Amino acid sequence: MSAQRPSRGARASAPLHALIAAVFRPSGRADRVVPPTGFTARLTVFTAAAMAFLGVFALALSLATGRLAERWGAELARTSTVRISAPAGQMAAQTEAVVRVLQSTPGVRSARVLEDDELSALLEPWFGPELPVADLPVPSLVEVIEQGEGFDAEGLRQRLAAEAPGSVLDDHTRWRRPLIDAADRLRLLGLLSLALIAASTAAMITLAAQAALAANARLISTLRLVGARDTFIARAFVRRFTLRAIGGATIGTLAGGLAVLALPSADAAGGFLTGLGFQGWHWLWPLLIPPLAGLVAFLATRTAALRTLRGFK
Amino acid sequence: MIELENAAYSYGGAELLSDMSLQLGAGSFHFLTGPSGAGKTTFLKLCYAELVPSAGTVRLLGQDVRQMDRDDVARLRRRVGVVHQDCQFLDHLSLRENIALPLEVSGHDMNADSINLDELLGWVGLAERARALPPELSGGERQRAALARAVIMSPDVIIADEPTGNIDWEMSLRLLTLLVELNKMGKTIVIATHDLNLIRATKAEVSARVLRIANRRLQLAGSDL
Ligand SMILES: Nc1ncnc2c1ncn2[C@@H]1O[C@H](COP(=O)(O)OP(=O)(O)OP(=O)(O)O)[C@@H](O)[C@H]1O
Ligand SMILES: [Mg+2]
Repeated sequence: MSAQRPSRGARASAPLHALIAAVFRPSGRADRVVPPTGFTARLTVFTAAAMAFLGVFALALSLATGRLAERWGAELARTSTVRISAPAGQMAAQTEAVVRVLQSTPGVRSARVLEDDELSALLEPWFGPELPVADLPVPSLVEVIEQGEGFDAEGLRQRLAAEAPGSVLDDHTRWRRPLIDAADRLRLLGLLSLALIAASTAAMITLAAQAALAANARLISTLRLVGARDTFIARAFVRRFTLRAIGGATIGTLAGGLAVLALPSADAAGGFLTGLGFQGWHWLWPLLIPPLAGLVAFLATRTAALRTLRGFK
Repeated sequence: MIELENAAYSYGGAELLSDMSLQLGAGSFHFLTGPSGAGKTTFLKLCYAELVPSAGTVRLLGQDVRQMDRDDVARLRRRVGVVHQDCQFLDHLSLRENIALPLEVSGHDMNADSINLDELLGWVGLAERARALPPELSGGERQRAALARAVIMSPDVIIADEPTGNIDWEMSLRLLTLLVELNKMGKTIVIATHDLNLIRATKAEVSARVLRIANRRLQLAGSDL
């Protein structure tokens, strides 16, 4: 019935860190003034827990795909090989020709002929140790390291065919480039999921906070009558929702972490997945989820509370 | 303290209160009478910025209510104690906590001369009921508690809407004595009431004036009431 008043509360002057500190300061004052809000409380804890659980997986996905892209990227930078099979007499000449061609190819940083012991190391898994490489017609291998955009494989093949007919360019790792793009995309999706999870948490907590405020309309008008500022009233609600979100998110993060731990490891055999878990210090990342949930809840509740209060008399 | 200049108020439709001009000075004691539905409660709401006039100006403690934002209103309410017609308590807090609520919300630091809570409880005859929850109280007990809450901060202005409606004569006089004492300390007091005996009893103690709302207008009643 009354005309709406402008509110200064929304642009209250206190800095964010001071406001957040106030959330953790146990103050019977603003707290006791608002009665326990049972249903919305449990809803908030549940939402925060579920979202944190999902968040752990989104995070794991982002980190795992990140690792994958990095590892593939590293291999990509390292590996192409030229294999030369030629009659014993021509081997040295052809190998030399190949190295010469490679050294004059743009996009090739270095070309190096593998030594005998390197070759036997490569063959050992197949033929066992003490393989007399020198006595066998084993092709020689030239390791090619790319730089920049890499070389033009088709052009290089034609030149090699002309200079050293026994040579074959094996650039099999290059086909992984689209896979790396896919891994990068997947990581982006993981990060996007994290953002969406945070946004839905904010949305749900906003709704819960608004419901709690609406259910307390009488209480709010009484508090206003005796001179409570909007920020005082909001604080009681903000504190509750923030602590609940942190509590729920802690539970959800723990559960998510355990679930990730329980995933079957897919390291050597799987290769592709490289384990969807966290590795090493990456386990610290999920620890950020509860405080982040708290921050999201704090901002969402505070905005919702101050906006809703402005609608009250 | 409270100034009206051609102020009017209407709930959407026709004007309920029209063209009211009036100044209630500091330390004055006013009664407000008028038939039920005349607009007494509405007038009082204009006096504590619960409502904004639909025309004209209302100035409270020197501030135009139209210029006040929500924090200004909160600050005003700490200097204006209000007994609402239906009291308004927080039902999950004890009576004692409810009466101390204005101190709570202002952070205790507003008025050094706020009244001692236990003394006040004794004065309004609620010392025994301090731990009770508001829903457990009688109508009269609620009104006494509401008055106690309105004065606890020792505000500059005390506005009470039928504070003695459900209270026996003896207790009414006790509450009146409290208000008279506060008035003698310089507080401005406005009380809406139907109780002519209360008005007469007050006039024996302090110089109180009577305002009457009739035909949408505010008039100063004669000395005969
Ligand atoms: N929020 C509202 N919306 C619409 N009309 C209202 C509202 N509040 C009060 N009214 C109307 O305004 C008129 C005056 O109401 P008000 O409560 O000011 O009267 P009053 O003089 O205090 O009466 P009483 O002596 O019974 O307390 C009444 O007719 C009432 O119905
Ligand atoms: Mg009334």
